[in-house]
Amino acid sequence: MDNSLNLSEQTLSKIDEVVPKYPEKRSAALMVIHLVQDELGAVNDKACEWIAQRLELQPINIKELITFYPMLRDKPWGRKHVRVCRTLPCALRGSYATCKTFEKKLGVKEGQVREDGEYSLEFMECLADCGQGPVVIVDEQTYENIEGESAEKFAELLLDGKLEGGEEFKSYEESLNQGS
Amino acid sequence: MSEQSPKERRIILKHTDDPAYSNRISSYLGVGGYENLKKAFGMKPEEVAEEVLKSGVRGRGGAGFPAGMKWKFLDRKSGKPIYLICNADESEPGTFKDRQIMYKDPHQLIEGMMIAAYAIGAKQAFIYIRAEFHEGARILNRAIDEAKAGGYCGENILGSEYSCDLVVHRGAGAYICGEETGLIESLEGKRPNPRIKPPYFPAVLGLYQCPTIVNNVETLCNVRHIVEMGGEEFSKIGKPNNTGTRIWCVSGQVMKPGYYEFECGALTLGQMIFDVCGGLRPGRTLKAVIPGGSSAKVLRADERFSGSLKDGTAFDWGLEDIPLDFDGPMAAGSMSGSGGIIVMDDTVDIVEAMANINAFYAHESCGQCTPCREGSLWMRKITQRMCSGGAREEDADLLLSVANQIEGRTICAFGEAAAWPTQSFVTKFKDDFIKKATDSQEERNPKSLQLI
Ligand SMILES: Cc1cc2nc3c(=O)[nH]c(=O)nc-3n(C[C@H](O)[C@H](O)[C@H](O)COP(=O)(O)O)c2cc1C
Ligand code: SF4
Ligand code: FES
Repeated sequence: MDNSLNLSEQTLSKIDEVVPKYPEKRSAALMVIHLVQDELGAVNDKACEWIAQRLELQPINIKELITFYPMLRDKPWGRKHVRVCRTLPCALRGSYATCKTFEKKLGVKEGQVREDGEYSLEFMECLADCGQGPVVIVDEQTYENIEGESAEKFAELLLDGKLEGGEEFKSYEESLNQGS
Repeated sequence: MSEQSPKERRIILKHTDDPAYSNRISSYLGVGGYENLKKAFGMKPEEVAEEVLKSGVRGRGGAGFPAGMKWKFLDRKSGKPIYLICNADESEPGTFKDRQIMYKDPHQLIEGMMIAAYAIGAKQAFIYIRAEFHEGARILNRAIDEAKAGGYCGENILGSEYSCDLVVHRGAGAYICGEETGLIESLEGKRPNPRIKPPYFPAVLGLYQCPTIVNNVETLCNVRHIVEMGGEEFSKIGKPNNTGTRIWCVSGQVMKPGYYEFECGALTLGQMIFDVCGGLRPGRTLKAVIPGGSSAKVLRADERFSGSLKDGTAFDWGLEDIPLDFDGPMAAGSMSGSGGIIVMDDTVDIVEAMANINAFYAHESCGQCTPCREGSLWMRKITQRMCSGGAREEDADLLLSVANQIEGRTICAFGEAAAWPTQSFVTKFKDDFIKKATDSQEERNPKSLQLI
C-alpha cells in the first residue's frame, strides 16, 4: 500500500493492527479514520481515497462518514481545540456564559478556528459528565465545573500554556487512580 | 466524583470511589475479581442465562427490557455466529453513570461481558464507546490486555475450549449511535441510520445480519453480580419487576449533583432531590424535573399523579412521592429511562429550556424519516424564535402539532425521544409559552441564565 498521505510508521502499524480485529474490513472504517485524523488533523478527499483503498471500499463510503459524524472533519481545528458542553444540564450551570468567556479571551468565535490557527472553540452536545457541569474538553482532557470566574482563570492559564500539569485545574483523567 | 450518600447501596459502584482502588487488574483481583467468571464457567451456558432470567434484571440503557428475556429471543436455529455488543455510547443528556464504571472499574465490565458472552455463546464481543471518552477507550484497551494475559478474555478463556475476543470500537460524536440498530450500522462502518423493527431485531438480524445481543454497560455489570448471588437472591434486591440497584445521575440545579446507587424503589424523587442531593440553592423553589434523561417527559413540581399500579394498588402522588424505580416514573406518565434526573428551579425560563432540548434533537436526528428530520428542525426553529423576541401566542399549539406528527411515524424511537419533551413541556407549561408572547419582548435580561 502506498503512503501518499505520509503517515508515520506508528500510525501505519496501528492501522495494520486494527483492521484484522473485525470480521469485515469495512467495520474498521471509523477506527482507521480516527487514526488518520489524529495524525493529520482532518480527513480530506485525498485521505478518504487512501482509507477507501486500504479497506477495499469506494471513497464515498468514507466521505459519507466524514460528513455525517460530528467529530470527523475535512479541515483541521486549531492547535488547541476547546470544546464546551451546550446541553441542558450544563446550560443550567452556566455553560453559555462559559462559552462566551472563551470567545472573548481566546479571540475566536464558537465553531471557528482563530486566524493564526492556535485555538478553536466548539459547542458540543452532552459529554456524559453532567453532574459536574459546565464541562470543558481541551484536546483530550476533561475539565469540570468551569463557570463564571473560574472560566476566566481557566482561559488565562490556557493562553499562558499553564493549564495542563498545573495545580489549579485538574482534569477528570488526571484525577483517576490509574495504578502503576 | 460524587460524595457517597450514607443510604446508598453500592453494588456496581462499590469500589469506584475508593482512593486506594485503581482501574488496574491488581485492584480488581484484590476484591474477588474474575472469581465469578470461574463460577460461571463451572456452569452450563444455559444455566447462566437461566440465572439472569430469574434475576429479573431489566436493561439500564433506557427501555428497561428484561435482559434474560432478550437473550432468549436469540435466533439460534440460523446457525450464524452470535455477537455481543456493549452499548457504551452513553449519550442521553443527563446520564453519566457508565463513565464511572469504565474509567474507574473497567474489569467489572469485562468480567460481566465475558460471562454474558459465554452464556449466549458469542463468537466475538465489542464495546461501542463514544469518541469523547478518549481516555476511557485507552483504559478499556489496557484492561482487556491485562485480562487476556490472565486468561480471562480472548483465546481459551480460563483454559477452556471457549474463546471470545473483545474489541473496543470508538464512535464519532453522534447520539443516534446509542440506538442499538444505529449502533450496529455504525459498527459495520456505515452511517448510523437505524434499521426498522420488524424485521431487524438485533437478536435475530443484528451485526452482519447475525443474531446479536446489545446491552448497556450497567446491565452487563449486573450479570457479574447475578452470577455471584444467584438469580433468586438478586431478585430480592429492590422490588418485584424492579430488581437490583440503579445508578441515578442527578444534574441541574441541586446543591450536590452526582451519581448515586440505590436499590430500586428505596427512595422517592423528593428524597433524592432534597435529602441526597442537598436540595435547591437557597431561596429557590422547584419548578420541573426530567426523570430519565432529556427524552423523558418533564414533570411539573405542582402536578398530581394518580391511577393504579400494575398490581392494582391505587396511587395519588405529588412529584416528590414518585418512587425511584422503573415503574414509578412510568406510572407518573414519564419514564426512568437512562436514570438521568435533571432538576430545574424557579429561575429557569421554561421556553429557553425547551429551546435547548430542541436544539439537541435537531442536531442529532439522522435524517432518514421526514417527520423526525423536518419536525425536529421546526421545533428548534420555533422555540429559538420564541426566545429571540418573536414569540406568538399560537406557537404553543403549533409546537404541539409538530411533535404529535412525529410520534409513532418514524423508523426508530428517536422520533418519540424528540417529541416527548415538546409534548410535555408545552402541555404542562402552556402558560409560560403564552406568557412569552404576551410579555413585552425586549432584549433578554443579560443577567438571567441563558439556555439557548
Ligand atoms: C435515540 C436513542 C438513544 C439511545 N442511547 C443509548 C445510549 O446512549 N446508551 C444505551 O445503553 N442505550 C441507549 N439507547 C437504548 C438502546 O437502543 C438499547 O435499547 C440498549 O442499549 C439496550 O441495552 P439494555 O437492554 O441493557 O438497556 C438509546 C435508544 C434510543 C432510541
Ligand atoms: S426517527 Fe429520526 S433518528 Fe430515527 S431513523 Fe428516523 S430520522 Fe433517524
Ligand atoms: S449536559 Fe454537559 S455533560 Fe451532559
